Amino acid sequence: MFRWLIGTIALSMMATGALAADPVEIHIGYLGHAGVKSTLSLVEQPADNDGIAGARLAIEDNNTTGKFLNQRFVLDEVKVKDSDDVAKVATDLAGRNDYIITDLPADALLKVADALRDRGTVLLNAGAIDDRLREQDCRGNVIHVAPTRSMLADALGQYLVWKQWKRWLLVTGSHDQDKLYAEALRRAATRFGAKIVQERTFEDTGGARRTDSGVTLIQRQMPVFTQQAPAYDVLVAADESEVFANYLPYRTWDPRPVAGSAGLVPTSWDASHDQWGAIQIQNRFVKLNMRRMTALDMQAWTAARMIGEATSRTNSGDLKKVTAFLKSKDFSIAAFKGTRLTLRDWNWQLRQPILLADGRMVVSVSPQEGFLHQVSELDTLGVDRPETKCKLQ
Amino acid sequence: MWRRCLLTGMLVWLAATPASAFVAYVSNEKGNTVTVIDTNSWAVTKTIKVGQRPRGVEFSRDGKFVMVAVGDDDTIQVIDTKTQEIVDTLPSGPDPELFTQDAAGNTLYVANENDNTVTVIDLKTRARIGDIQVGVEPEGMTISPDGKILINTSETTNMAHFIDTSTRQIVANVLVDSRPRFAQFKRDGSELWVSSEIGGTVSIIDPVKREVTGKITFEIPGLRNEAIQPVGIGMTKDGKTAFVALGPANRVAVVDGATHKVLKYLLVGQRVWHMDFTPDEKYLMVTNGVSNDVSVIDVASQKVIKTIQVGELPWGITIAQP
Repeated sequence: MFRWLIGTIALSMMATGALAADPVEIHIGYLGHAGVKSTLSLVEQPADNDGIAGARLAIEDNNTTGKFLNQRFVLDEVKVKDSDDVAKVATDLAGRNDYIITDLPADALLKVADALRDRGTVLLNAGAIDDRLREQDCRGNVIHVAPTRSMLADALGQYLVWKQWKRWLLVTGSHDQDKLYAEALRRAATRFGAKIVQERTFEDTGGARRTDSGVTLIQRQMPVFTQQAPAYDVLVAADESEVFANYLPYRTWDPRPVAGSAGLVPTSWDASHDQWGAIQIQNRFVKLNMRRMTALDMQAWTAARMIGEATSRTNSGDLKKVTAFLKSKDFSIAAFKGTRLTLRDWNWQLRQPILLADGRMVVSVSPQEGFLHQVSELDTLGVDRPETKCKLQ
Repeated sequence: MWRRCLLTGMLVWLAATPASAFVAYVSNEKGNTVTVIDTNSWAVTKTIKVGQRPRGVEFSRDGKFVMVAVGDDDTIQVIDTKTQEIVDTLPSGPDPELFTQDAAGNTLYVANENDNTVTVIDLKTRARIGDIQVGVEPEGMTISPDGKILINTSETTNMAHFIDTSTRQIVANVLVDSRPRFAQFKRDGSELWVSSEIGGTVSIIDPVKREVTGKITFEIPGLRNEAIQPVGIGMTKDGKTAFVALGPANRVAVVDGATHKVLKYLLVGQRVWHMDFTPDEKYLMVTNGVSNDVSVIDVASQKVIKTIQVGELPWGITIAQP
């Protein structure tokens, strides 16, 4: 009798435990870098929480869904300085989190990926656009949410060709990443039938981005820099370093539009994008963060939502199950781009439409009509499977 | 004399109102208008200026009013069907998109995209009487034929929420594919269909077990998979035939209600969105957002017979007796 009673109590305790079970907690780390880059335009100056703010919104969205599935998402934010040992910081973070969203330069990301290689931690690259991270330097434990330089360049190239602006004057900055962007633009020109009629380099001779009477000087400098060019339709600027491109619109010697790093800019997100339900996320973002949503915010949102999507689809907090689903054919994510986004299984790059924005409006969205592909039109953007140098391990 | 006059009058009246004379109201999302169409002549008879971003549109059960959700004005406007003028507004939450009403026409349930809630409105007093917290970006709304269960779908949470209409509590959540847009029960209550715009499928849910028992997928030769985005669903009363609007695929799929097999694809206008039957089920009208028109489908022959120009970005449609 006594035994029976104990049994019943134990049973009822188990049942209660199951009913009021603590939610499954999914811990997501965010590894960003301290310090923000200086931009030519004051309105484009990134906020301190650029990127993180997007991840925070996704955590809220995940938790709204999670309350129906007894799942809870927690964000663990860390910023590294250049002097920090990024591998060590990442290892500490990986001790507390199964997933880490990164906004790191390419070399730092590779260090982190290699340091965490045997842990099973899933890294989601939200910040680095370098093609080499998806090609010769690809890693099996990194999923790339940020688009690549070549995807951005192809998105712009398709539109310029569609617009019949096929003669490009390419102006490149003197820093390494400017040269990489120029390389991607050259590739786009070749792929889609544009012609680079001339190339010029804009040397960074140093100097402050903010001066009280800088405009007078720029107004004289830019026309001179762009004069005596062969006949061209559009000036394409490769200036990721923010040295000159934003000085070009309305100041070129010939009246020509500017694209690339200024004027018509290819980007994963823009604060003015409102199609395909995007107005809803824009409103949620502004309500939460009291500012507008940037491309990095969107990339971080998408990364955290991908984890949320995979955990709700698998109804599991188990890292192996969730990772397997993320990397399966069944995985896709909706991100207000009018189509589902999926992963390229040869290098774990997220396929995505690219917006072309002029700073006030979204002008167009690539891939453009007529650029066809046997698998997905999204694969007309960036390096495709037959050309890849990636060997996933 | 008066008798003859009356008789003639009646004859004229009979001639003027053939069996299929219904009236369709189409909400034009970008035009901020509602287009009124006579389904006998298939002509636009009036364009009504409404609030900003009209989307969900439905007749009241008594046919006296048409309600239209004007999302950017955070309200639902009420159009008097006699005068075809706006006569009142209903207190929805922020950014109402789609709504549904109970069989008696007493209670209106509104999906408010912006704050993850469903608002409950008493249609008699036109007052807000409650809110239900649901998933991220609520959209699709429908009520089970027995009136006991309200279904709401949420676009970013990707669920069909089952809400008990008496307690207004969520009693079940069924995960469906990405961006669920629209939900509809079979008349006999045996199945719930939910379209997923980004997922590209229609989930068939068993309302008793509350789980997905099947999925309809679509394949159109020569069309990329991503362009197939199911949104609006229309089902005949006998449950035998269903129509699914496939968005930018510019086609309406005809689906066998029993086997769930796709029978054929009807080419309509660009970005086909929502639909409604004429009450006699002879015709189905679908809105084509990008081509700014409405296609008329002959239900029996399953053919598109007519295209009618409406306002900018037609979105929703509702049809009833005038």
